[in-house]
Parts: sequence; structure tokens; C-alpha cells
Amino acid sequence: MDFALLHDAFWGLTFDGIALGAIYALISLGYTLVYGVLRLINFAHSEVFMIGTFAALVAASGIMGVKVEDDPRTGVSMILTLIVCLVVAMLASAITAVLVEIVAYRRLRQRGATKLATLISAIGVSISLVELFRIITDSLPREFPRIMEKTFLFSYAGADVRNDKVIVIIAAGLMMFALERFITKTRLGKGIRAVSMDENTSTLMGVNINRVITVTFFAGGLMAGAAAFFYILVYENTSFKVGFFLGISAFTAAVLGGIGNLKGALFGGFALGLMETWTSAVFGTAWKAVISFIILVLVLLIKPTGLFGESIQQARV
Amino acid sequence: MANLKSSLNLRDKGAEYWERSPKWRRVALAIFFIAICYALPFLNNPLVNTPGSDFQSVLFYPVGMYVLMAIGLNIVVGKSGLLDLGYVAFFAIGAYTMAILGTKTSLNFWEILPIGVGLAMLSGVLLGTPTLRLRGDYLAIVTLGFGEIVRIFAVNTDAIGGSRGIAGIPTPPDVFNAKFTILDPKPYYWMLLTFTLLIIWMVRRMAARRPGRAWDAIRQDDDVAQLMGINTRKYKVWAFVLGAAVAGVGGVVYASQILSIVPDQFNLNISILILACVVFGGIGNVWGVILGAVLLAFTPERIRFLSQPRILVFGIALVVMMNLRPDGILPKKKREHFDPDWHTVEESGEGEIK
Repeated sequence: MDFALLHDAFWGLTFDGIALGAIYALISLGYTLVYGVLRLINFAHSEVFMIGTFAALVAASGIMGVKVEDDPRTGVSMILTLIVCLVVAMLASAITAVLVEIVAYRRLRQRGATKLATLISAIGVSISLVELFRIITDSLPREFPRIMEKTFLFSYAGADVRNDKVIVIIAAGLMMFALERFITKTRLGKGIRAVSMDENTSTLMGVNINRVITVTFFAGGLMAGAAAFFYILVYENTSFKVGFFLGISAFTAAVLGGIGNLKGALFGGFALGLMETWTSAVFGTAWKAVISFIILVLVLLIKPTGLFGESIQQARV
Repeated sequence: MANLKSSLNLRDKGAEYWERSPKWRRVALAIFFIAICYALPFLNNPLVNTPGSDFQSVLFYPVGMYVLMAIGLNIVVGKSGLLDLGYVAFFAIGAYTMAILGTKTSLNFWEILPIGVGLAMLSGVLLGTPTLRLRGDYLAIVTLGFGEIVRIFAVNTDAIGGSRGIAGIPTPPDVFNAKFTILDPKPYYWMLLTFTLLIIWMVRRMAARRPGRAWDAIRQDDDVAQLMGINTRKYKVWAFVLGAAVAGVGGVVYASQILSIVPDQFNLNISILILACVVFGGIGNVWGVILGAVLLAFTPERIRFLSQPRILVFGIALVVMMNLRPDGILPKKKREHFDPDWHTVEESGEGEIK
């Protein structure tokens, strides 16, 4: 145990924790949106994220022609590359999420299958996607080229604030804000809230359930794609296994805040990001998952439906 | 279409045949099937043999082991409707008990077996008592976390070998003429089969009695079950503990055959695969679960010649099968409440997990 490290590097760790938490929060929004509407854990969501990282990789090297050995880009070229990678990752993830819904969920939902059958179907899709990418990448991790020079913008209380993490935090905040606007202000957002409140009644009120569910998966996929790009921008590598680790953490975050609740997913994401960085400073990185789970269990014992309860309709981002 | 469906309904046909058979025929059939199971290692049919891996080893692990664990998990998920995603933890606890006591003390397999099962049950109580008041998906994430914690604990604790695991686990002492050696998986298979048959028998007896009816009630509606005076907490913990005990048996037997274990063998994928066996075969129905486990364990070995894409094929098969038969291959028989003055009503909420 090393409390001195936590004490000395507290602000640096906190800053890293917020950046990691922003990525978790974006992924857990996808879990929570789907859970709010379908009352199902989308087990394939981690693979939606994984595909986003590979899409960003392809966009950087294929479309924008950035090589791993190249110098980082500057100026307009850099901004353009960043935006193209982000958009491609988001679209790839969103389309994957919609396809997952059609393949794994739609038919089972229309036949009124049990929750467990749907869960196994989603697990099957998840296994297939992981294996597909394992075969494509030959089980090797892939390096992401450095698009932007990583510099320290300023120091605060011994914490060096790095520019890429600042971008991640700000951009993630913007994404969440856009999602919040979408859910609360638009017609489709109203549809999502209605379906998560009561599926049958919303059908009677003329809500097109299939469209609402597709939109929900699409929105969750967009968030996961953004998270994928931010992840690869900061950590600069990916592999077919990446979804598994981040997916479990993001799912934990969603449950911690109260799954099905957008505010809960956000809070849970940031809380988990901070907890993981703080506790890994104290107990070593090996134990961070253990600590997170112990905290999760303690929270659930006191509040069995997470910190904020589990309904999407009363939640604001 | 309806005609086709009824002709395909092997489960009801089989159950009907069984129910109409006189006792002597049932006994004969049971003995016949059990004998076939024991004779399986001598089967050398090109249709079922496994190119790329030894057929007799495959019968022990994964096939036999998955069947045993799926039967255990079926008590938890299928009978009482509690979603457990960390089932591998109890398997790991059984295996580690065998590994630690087998290498550090002079106890033999038969003395360690009850200790391993006892420790698995104890950990079931410790995990179950506080967490079983959570419902559905919350229970799922907590059990998933427990499974990961056990694995991470094993990886990071050097006293039990850390990530290198434990090697040199002793084999069980000879029973009658069967010699337990690394080279011959047959005795292990027979031992595992014997345990499996015993457990099937116990689970079936239990399912027909008070605990089984309590589990049925809890699965269909927790609140109503409690209102009817069932101590739901007690029966949930019991389901959990019995499931843990079965996995503990599996773990001890597995460790004694495999001779060395590493923590990464006990990862989340095993829990998910066992759950897939239960749901794939037909949740709640022990024969369906066995069929599911045999298929899911055997198929990846059978198609090992595909080498690279075999898990991919497996994943796709899982999706296709669940889409075609959402209730599994051999689903639980839907009992009909028979009332001569009224139409028949199907039981509602079969196997639904809330």
C-alpha cells in the first residue's frame, strides 16, 4: 500500500481519472440507453466499442494516410484528421450497434423470448465479433499512429495537464450534452423516454417501437464510437480484447449509477474512473478491479438499484 | 406448420413414451443409457471422434465437466431463476483447494473432495447471503465481479503460485483396478460420470420435493412466493450453495486430472459458456441442459480441423440457434393446469428472469 503516492500525485491522478471516467461514461451511456428501453444488458456493446477503435485506426491510416512512424500532424491537417477519425469511429460503431440489434435482438423480441435467450444470443454475437477481429488482426495488438503532438498545457499542484486528455474531457462533455438535448428535446428522444416508461402504452399512443429501438442502439453506438476514438487517441493501441476490459468497467459504472438512468451512467463513469486511478495508486493496478467491485457491492447493498435508481424518463444528463 | 411442429416435438413424445412405459421398461432403458455413457470412451466412430485432440480426453474435459457444471448452474439459473455470471469462481475454489492441499499436505483426493466442496459451499453462503436480495441484472454484475475477484486474487497472491499457478497436483489413489494416471483419462471420465449421475439423481429428487416447488415459485414471482409463506431468502441461498457445491466437485476432479492449474483457466468465458449450455439446451430441463452442454463442449472440439475460425463458427451457431429455438433445444415441459370444466391454461412466466 502506497498512500504517499496517492498524496503526492493526487491532482495528476484525479485528472487522469476524469479522462478515463469520461471514456467509461460514454460507453456506459450505451448500456444504459439500451437497458432503459429493452430492460436487457447489451452484452455485445463492448464489441461495438472495439469495432470503433479499429474503425478509427483504419480512418487514420487508410483515409488520412497517417503512418505510425510519421511525425505528428499540425494545424488544419491535424484537426481534419482528428475529426475524420472521430466521425468514422462513431458511424462504424453506430452501424454495428444497429446491426447487432437486428441480428441478435429483433427476432427474439418479436417472438417474446425470455431475457436469458436474448442474453445468450447477444453473447453469441459478441463471441463472433471478437473472434472475427482476432482472426483479422492475427491476435496481435495494433498501434495507433500519433496524430497530434502530446504536450503539457499547464501544471496545477504538481499535476501535468496533457492536451489530448483535455480534448477528451471537453469533447466527451459536448457529446453528453448533445445526447441530453436529443433525449429531452426531440420527438425521437421523447419516443425513447416513452418506451422506457411503458412499452405497451407507447405502442398504443402510436410510437413506432422498432424505430425507437433502432435509434436507441444507434445513439448508444455513436457514444461508444466516440469513446473508442478518445481511448485510442490517449492510449494509442488497440486489440481484439479491448472491448472486454473496458466493457466490464463501463457496465459496472452503469450499474453503480443505476442502470437505465443517464445521469447515473455519467456519474458512475466518472466515479469509477476516479476510483480506479486512485486505488491503483494505492494498491497497485492489479487490484483496481477488485476494489471497484467491492465498492459496487457496498453501494448495491445500501441502494439495491444503484445510486440514482433506474429510470430513463426522469433522468437528465 | 402446426403439424410439422408437433412432429418435431421430440421432448413431449419422449416424455409421453416414458410416462406410459411400465416400470421394468424404464429401469431397462435407464440401465441401457447409463451403460452407453460408461462405454463411450471405447467408441471410435469417425462421426463423433475429434481430430486434433484425444477423444477420451475430450470426453472428460470439456464434455463431462461442462455437463456437470451445467447441471449445477441449472439449479441456480434454471430452477430458481437467479442469473449467476460468476459460476466459474466455485469451480476455481474447488480446483485450488485440491491443488493447495494436494501439494502442501499429505491428504489424498478422497479426503480433499469434501473439503473442496465444503469451501465452495461456504463461499456460496458468503456471496449469496448479502447479495441475493438484489434482482436480475444487479445480481448478474455482482456475481460476475465475484468470479473476476477470485481469479484476480489467485493471479496476485504469490503464496498460491500467482499467475504461474500450481503444478504437481497429485492424482487420486487407485480405486479397484482403475489407475488414475495422466496418460489415461478413462478412469477420470468414469469417476466424473458417476458423480454426475449421483448429482442428477439428487437434483431430481430435490426438484420434486419442497425445495423444488419453492424454487419454482420464486422463479415465477418472488413477491408472491414470499406472500405464500416461502422463506425465499433461505431457498435462494440454498440454490446458490448447491450450485456452488456441484462446481466445487468439478473443480476438485478437474485439478486432480490436469495436474497443474493457472488462474487464467478460470476466466469469465467459462461462466458464460456454462450459462450458454444451460440456456442453449433448454433452461430448467435437466436433459436439455445435458444435451446443450454436450453440444457446446463437443462442437468446438469436433470442428478443431477448422482451427482458426472454429470459435467464430461456434458464436454464429449460438446466435442462429437462439433465433430459431429461443427456448432451447429441449425446453422444459410446459405443464398444463388441467381443469375439466375450463380450457387449459399454460403456466405463465416460464423461466423468465426478472
